[in-house]
Amino acid sequence: MKNITCTLAVSILAALLPGAHAGDVTGKITLKGTPPPEKTIDYDDTCSKLHPAVPTTRHWVVGKDNGLANVFVYISKGLEGKKFTAPTQPVELDQIGCNYNPYVFGVMVGQPVAIKNSDPLMHNIHALPKADGNSEFNFAETSAGQVNDSKWTESIKAPEVMVKMKCDVHQWMFAYAGVQDNPFFAVSDADGNFKIANVPAGTYTLTAYHLKAHGAKPGVTQEITVADSPVTANFTVEVPAPQ
Amino acid sequence: MSFSQSKNIGLKRFAVLTALVTFVLVCMGGLVTSHGAGMAVPDWPNSFGYNMFFFPVSKWIGGIFFEHTHRLAASLVGFLTTIMAFWLFGYKSRVLLRWVACVFMAAGVGLCLVFPAHTAENLLLALMGLAGLAAGFYWPKCEPAPKWLRVLGVAAFCAVVLQGLLGGLRVTQLNATLGIFHATLAQLFFVLVCSIALFQTDFWQRLPIHQELDRHHFRPLFTAVTALILTQLMLGATMRHQHAGLAIPDFPAAYGKLWPAAGPDSITRYNAHRTEVMAYAPITAAQVEMQMVHRVLALLIFAAVAVCAWRTWRRLGSRHWLSRFALVWLGLVLTQVFLGAATIWTGKSADIATAHVACGALCLVTGAVASIVSFRVLGAPAAQVKWAERNEVTSMLDSSSMIAK
Repeated sequence: MKNITCTLAVSILAALLPGAHAGDVTGKITLKGTPPPEKTIDYDDTCSKLHPAVPTTRHWVVGKDNGLANVFVYISKGLEGKKFTAPTQPVELDQIGCNYNPYVFGVMVGQPVAIKNSDPLMHNIHALPKADGNSEFNFAETSAGQVNDSKWTESIKAPEVMVKMKCDVHQWMFAYAGVQDNPFFAVSDADGNFKIANVPAGTYTLTAYHLKAHGAKPGVTQEITVADSPVTANFTVEVPAPQ
Repeated sequence: MSFSQSKNIGLKRFAVLTALVTFVLVCMGGLVTSHGAGMAVPDWPNSFGYNMFFFPVSKWIGGIFFEHTHRLAASLVGFLTTIMAFWLFGYKSRVLLRWVACVFMAAGVGLCLVFPAHTAENLLLALMGLAGLAAGFYWPKCEPAPKWLRVLGVAAFCAVVLQGLLGGLRVTQLNATLGIFHATLAQLFFVLVCSIALFQTDFWQRLPIHQELDRHHFRPLFTAVTALILTQLMLGATMRHQHAGLAIPDFPAAYGKLWPAAGPDSITRYNAHRTEVMAYAPITAAQVEMQMVHRVLALLIFAAVAVCAWRTWRRLGSRHWLSRFALVWLGLVLTQVFLGAATIWTGKSADIATAHVACGALCLVTGAVASIVSFRVLGAPAAQVKWAERNEVTSMLDSSSMIAK
């Protein structure tokens, strides 16, 4: 009886949330524990002149109420055998301020990634996928305004969590992409919130993966059932205890 | 006129110069890996589409600086090695040089016509041919070096070509494993070039041949310890070319223990608490184990070199060349151990990590030179001589009995 009341309450709450519709899966990632402090990045002379603000690493970005950003949330089970068409709208990966923006993003297999250089200097984009079917690539964008939206689709053809990209010219520049063969994934925002829209009715395993918290492990999971009302799925990610 | 080192001062100096420039190149290669800049220039043999030698200096920024200057220095070493190999052939090189130069010139001009888009590169090839042709007429008229030394020169030439190809293929094939072979061959090439230089020196000429028998087995001892150092350098190259930073961040303990745990939970914990600034890959259990093996091997090498120094000092006396070499060797290995520790204490500072690579190369070369010298000054031990003599007598008896039958 208690469970039914809770489910009903959550469903009503989700229905009342702005923008939440049937088929939407929303939630928040909360960090438990104290992560190690971020480090300051020492830009080289060229980047320092262009971008005087002192940047830091982005391993554990924690927002309001311990919300954890940059967590890749995706459906890991329940969509087997189903085919989905990749969006033609590219995901943008910008090289700006001698860093990548966004740091973590999701993309569907076959969906273009527009890799853009907004800096007036040279960057190389070196992707290091590990999954079978995906190929490593490395190319340069030598001036501001250059965009490449074909290299990604030519090289990344299989789902992989996560594909690392780095710039070998500026060794502190790296970013990650979660690649899926369906469009039902999201990356948590600065306050740890995420939303996956238009999930078809069914029962699924939802996985939340954080690079530092989970490493080679698959992440944290929970079962969800999507029916006529929005679903809320909150996760708690723990900082592994130091050795 | 016979081949004589005293009359080939030019060649001797040139070989030493080649060895020195090679050492600088090894250091520059270390800087490339320490700065994670091996892939900063995504194409090869061109650099961002430019001919390597015409790539504008204004674009040598960040990691490009380390990678591009490494390529230029490698070209210089290739050039010096080629000259050295030709020089070892003495006056006989003249004809060969002229022929090679003509081929270069013809290829350069021909390619200009076939590929007009690459005129600059092809003209450079033709100009190289022209320079070679001129050199073919003014080449030193010295006598060729002994055959074994000429073979070493050709081996050095082949090694430098292979090394360049390995470096290039590592970039174009996006194959990190090739980087490990590239780093290992660099060390072996350095040993080869230093050996060629050693054979040109007056020091080598003055060394007495088989002055005494190797009663205390110094020849196999020095060789074995040198092989151990090479193994250690290969292990180090493997660690560096996995681009994972420090697998163990503390020393002398390892994650606060004598031998760290390397189970999946421990590895997740280690990775979670690394706040790496550089684009390092997460560490794995294999990398943790590898660093521990590297530490144990370092201890073994230190002990082995200390034994070499102690035994040569006691058995051959402090004034013997091998004792001196062993003492220098011990000093270098001690420095190397300190640099290894400093690499960890500084969180793999690029300069310290590069100094560790450079000192490793010096340890290997010192061991190799000491081994070569030991084979020069010490004859085969008496037991081996007796065994060889007995074998000779037995085979003679066998053949005489065959004849009798």
